[in-house]
Amino acid sequence: MRPGWAVGTDRWGTSGGYTEVMQSAEPASQGPANRESPEADRHAISSDPLDPAAVAASVSSDAKGALTTFIGLVRDHNAGQRVRWIDYEAHEPLARRVFARIGREARDRWPDADLAIHHRTGRVAIGEASVVIAAASAHRANAFAACRFAIERVKQIAPVWKHEHFDGGAVWIEGATADPDDEAALRTAMERACS
Amino acid sequence: MLVTVRLFARLRELAGRAEIPQVLPENATVRQAWDAVVHECPSLAAYGSSLAAAINADYARFTSPLKDGDEVAFLPPVSGG
Repeated sequence: MRPGWAVGTDRWGTSGGYTEVMQSAEPASQGPANRESPEADRHAISSDPLDPAAVAASVSSDAKGALTTFIGLVRDHNAGQRVRWIDYEAHEPLARRVFARIGREARDRWPDADLAIHHRTGRVAIGEASVVIAAASAHRANAFAACRFAIERVKQIAPVWKHEHFDGGAVWIEGATADPDDEAALRTAMERACS
Repeated sequence: MLVTVRLFARLRELAGRAEIPQVLPENATVRQAWDAVVHECPSLAAYGSSLAAAINADYARFTSPLKDGDEVAFLPPVSGG
């Protein structure tokens, strides 16, 4: 974790093989202009360490009264095994397009919500962030909902794979067959976001 | 026509390579590209019912037609996050 980005006090659960942290954040102080960020800043995937403050800043603006971030971390255990690290593989150009699509889907449901999604590839150590999502909206309800929706959709349709290394071996984690047009999956993500 | 098949994650490991060029008939579909790859790498066959596909970095159907020079990617079930 980068210095200055405190994580841990708001930890509230785990699911799907990694630790979740969700917290509201004060918008970074960026001066008065706070112009709309280029879309490219909002949809990123690379082997570079993730910068939650930068992801949050990419959706912050004067019209947004609420900004939530979700940080997925590599957890030290899964399915009864001690995890040593995770190698992430992705179809990177497709992943960036999928992140943009998730942003459009969120805006269809929460018109004032802006989303940013950054994912990491390559080797990610225990405790490091594998994904950072930021959602900004005029009010907190939509920011929380859009953020939760986004991580559910990432898990459904982002072309990213975990190769989990544990003591004595490694295994590819395989979840959902990605189908962006699957309406039932979209509904499930919406329901989780609004529950 | 010549297309480039890209394989990811466990598919890539099973095949032993990330890219497999394939010569296919004109207007061949994504399904035909998959069948050609399985013919070359039979260990991939078990994935046939749980795959997604993309043409030139856009999700595509197995019935979608390919054209010369396309890159067609086959994606096992995903696990991002």
